[in-house]
Amino acid sequence: MSNMNQAMVEKYRNDFLKEVKANVEEGDWVQMCMQCGVCSGSCPFGPYWDHPPQELFMMIRAGKREEVLSSNSMWMCTSCYNCIARCPRELPITHIMHGLAHYADRLGLAPKEQPTRKFANRFWDNLVKKGRVNELKLGVSLYFMNGFIEGIKTAMAAAPLGMGMMKAKRLSPMEYFGGHGVKDSKGLDAILKKARQIEDEKIAKYNS
Amino acid sequence: MAEDIKIGAYICQGCGIGERVDTAQLAQVAQRDAKANIVKEHPFLCNAEGVKMIQDDIDNEGVNRVAICACSRRAKTDAFSFDNVAITRANLREGVIWIRPDTDEARETTQEMAEDYVRMAVTETKYMSLPTGDEETKYTPNLLVVGGGVSGMTAAIEAAKAGYSVAIIEKTGALGGAAANSWKRIPQRGPYADPEDTGVDALISEIEANDKITVHLNSTITKTSGAPGRFSVDITTESGSTVTENFGAIVQASGYKEYDASQLPEFGYGKSANVVTQAELDAMAKEANGAPLKTKDGKDVTSVAFIQCVGQRSDKEGHLPYCSGHCCSTSIKQAMYFKDANPDIDTNVIYTDLRTPGAGGEDFYRSGQRKGITFTKGEVSEVVESGGSLEVKFRDLILAEDTSEKVDLVVLATGQVANAGVNIEEVDQDEPGQFTVNVDSILNMDYRQGKDLPQLKYGFSDSHFICFPYETRRTGIYATGPVRRPMDMQQAIEDATGAAMKAIQAIENAAKGRAAHPRSGDLSFPHFRREGCTQCKRCTVECPFGAIDEDEQRFPVFNEERCRRCGTCMGACPVRVISFENYSVDSVGQQLKIVDIPDEFDEKPRILALACENDAYPALDMAAMNKVEYSAFVRVIPVRCLGSVNLIWITDALNSGYDGVVLMGCQKGENYQCHFVKGSEIAHIRMSKVDDTLQSLSLEPERVSVHEVAITDIERAPGIINEMAETIEKIGMSPFKF
Repeated sequence: MSNMNQAMVEKYRNDFLKEVKANVEEGDWVQMCMQCGVCSGSCPFGPYWDHPPQELFMMIRAGKREEVLSSNSMWMCTSCYNCIARCPRELPITHIMHGLAHYADRLGLAPKEQPTRKFANRFWDNLVKKGRVNELKLGVSLYFMNGFIEGIKTAMAAAPLGMGMMKAKRLSPMEYFGGHGVKDSKGLDAILKKARQIEDEKIAKYNS
Repeated sequence: MAEDIKIGAYICQGCGIGERVDTAQLAQVAQRDAKANIVKEHPFLCNAEGVKMIQDDIDNEGVNRVAICACSRRAKTDAFSFDNVAITRANLREGVIWIRPDTDEARETTQEMAEDYVRMAVTETKYMSLPTGDEETKYTPNLLVVGGGVSGMTAAIEAAKAGYSVAIIEKTGALGGAAANSWKRIPQRGPYADPEDTGVDALISEIEANDKITVHLNSTITKTSGAPGRFSVDITTESGSTVTENFGAIVQASGYKEYDASQLPEFGYGKSANVVTQAELDAMAKEANGAPLKTKDGKDVTSVAFIQCVGQRSDKEGHLPYCSGHCCSTSIKQAMYFKDANPDIDTNVIYTDLRTPGAGGEDFYRSGQRKGITFTKGEVSEVVESGGSLEVKFRDLILAEDTSEKVDLVVLATGQVANAGVNIEEVDQDEPGQFTVNVDSILNMDYRQGKDLPQLKYGFSDSHFICFPYETRRTGIYATGPVRRPMDMQQAIEDATGAAMKAIQAIENAAKGRAAHPRSGDLSFPHFRREGCTQCKRCTVECPFGAIDEDEQRFPVFNEERCRRCGTCMGACPVRVISFENYSVDSVGQQLKIVDIPDEFDEKPRILALACENDAYPALDMAAMNKVEYSAFVRVIPVRCLGSVNLIWITDALNSGYDGVVLMGCQKGENYQCHFVKGSEIAHIRMSKVDDTLQSLSLEPERVSVHEVAITDIERAPGIINEMAETIEKIGMSPFKF
């Protein structure tokens, strides 16, 4: 994949668009954008994005591969679905944003310190272990996401909340050791393996 | 005028008229003041019984002038339609009771208003006669189509299908026009996904197989004279031989030229062979006949940029200010030539606003996107040749940055320029009796006003594209296709079908001596008293339709078939020798004189409103339906067009003691709504000189006002009348009351 990172993309050619179409979830739709800007205007986080969706789509068409994939813009999406509901061309914009973020992460181009990316990766790693999210482990790993000392501080600050939850039987400290999962863990593994295989094949096919 | 006039006045009591006004009193007024021979009241005049009552009087009592005093002349026209009598209407419903409050104080003025309208209607009938129609009409079921492109061929086929014989004149050696040089056309049928066959070959073979259509190739028109139903046209071939043929109507489908791209050096046209116009690309594709397109130096094309709005939609000197309408879809079509052959060829359409008009336009755009055409919102600054390829420099308007793209081929979307012949306002006209051929002219008409159709804007033949397309200011000559406004092939086909239909109407109307749009079916036409004429030429110059020529002694020569019956000539004539049988200086002048003018101390001013029957009068009617009130002191007279208003009416009104005169016509100027194109404009010019008249009478200039009123002005039109009433209150009553 590293060779693709360095591939020269000529401006306003279809190369990057083709890559997006092949590898990004719902990437087929990017070419259907008519640049009306309703998505950008509808996004509640719009002002905080470097490049709102409309612009990202144009950048893809203009062949700005590095800029798009290393952007933190698509990581800002909160899945409110306002853009999807309003897009006159019916583009699944939310899904494309997540697709782009995932693809960028996979290529290792996503910004390393992007908090959404960090959270998403932790969430995923946590989830795939047992098929259920272990909230205690996820919470603790988030406390220590930015270093040990900050983790202790955050944990201390949240201690009364944790105690309260334990009292109300909403949290069991025993979950930290193992924890519960889905009944058919082998089945889960098979599903995940198959999904990964499909995705790998898709990308391999595009690269060949 | 040998027949005896016998006037029947019929007063309706229905729709509340009976309760609001004293109809017995109205009957008395009709009989005593206006001298109607028979006066009858009826509780419900428009029902079968009421209509029968009138018909019986026509049949048994010899009534030949009918004054119906009921609702507006625009209502119940089916019920009040009687053959062989002159009819007029007094508008007691919309004109009186619906615009006045139902109160005791208002009763007296409302009654006076109704009485005046009855007097006016009965008086008008005295000065009207039944139009006899033009007796020298000719039926020529033969249509001339000028131009053998898609528009012309379609018009010819449509007219031939309807049973008319057609002659097509084509300047070049083959039919097909601009479309013949195209490889494919923008799709005209669902799913609007792919370019279609142009259909030109099919049209040509249909024409060749049709024995009703004759084709004159390599030919031009060297003279057009006559009028609808009797056009005489000289058709001259390249070799110089001329035939003269007669036609009932003409369809001008002379099409367009592509804008000259060599005026745009910044886009590299002429500097690089690989910068081409849309027409040139289509010609290349036609030549390739399905094979992959190559650059001019024979290389494979890997990338193409389409630049939209080149030299158009621009204020720059020499550029076209308008949008040509077809170019965005044409670029999509042409990008598909490449994409369909090889999806790996990159095609980029650089636009500022993508416009794909028509039912399938949006679908075609989507189809282009689906095929992978890139659409970039940007403004191109220049195209330069660099290292064997072309660099298109532009500003990306979405990403807000200056950037560039390297491509093998650049296609410029230049616009359409009308082939409308000579601009008659800019070339000298021939003297009467002398005719010279102008090689730049398309029709070479021997009309006094000029050789070609008048142009309104940007060099296109004038035709009102919303209200009455195809209609030009030359009756019986219909402009169609890109000569009247920019358009694509599908629009041209629809347009040509419409124009063929209008031309057929013109042929049929001319044969029956009837007017064309907008007074369709009108049999009256202007009569002119030669002994009174001073040869001032105003009528010849002002006729919006060029209907009046001049003979060698400079007397006007009326061509009835060309006339639209607007009366602009009548309004123009300073010696008042022009009149219609049912509309004349007297038929209006006597109405305004019969109005009862109370003396100065009654505090009851009188306002004369002359309202155009096309827009202003309907607006007042609609105001009445909405119960918008206006002054009871106004007396409204509908006129055919404000252009038909003769200054004598204003002078007479002021002399007989009216306190104010309001004139309401249609919007004039470039976005005119005037149904006779120039009538309202001419009226405004004439009325700007009314101040002299006012001064000579020592009257305030505020007493006469001229307005442009739209049919939707249902609040404003009554407002104009009320404003005049207020003005009079301020400046006082006219001193001319007797």
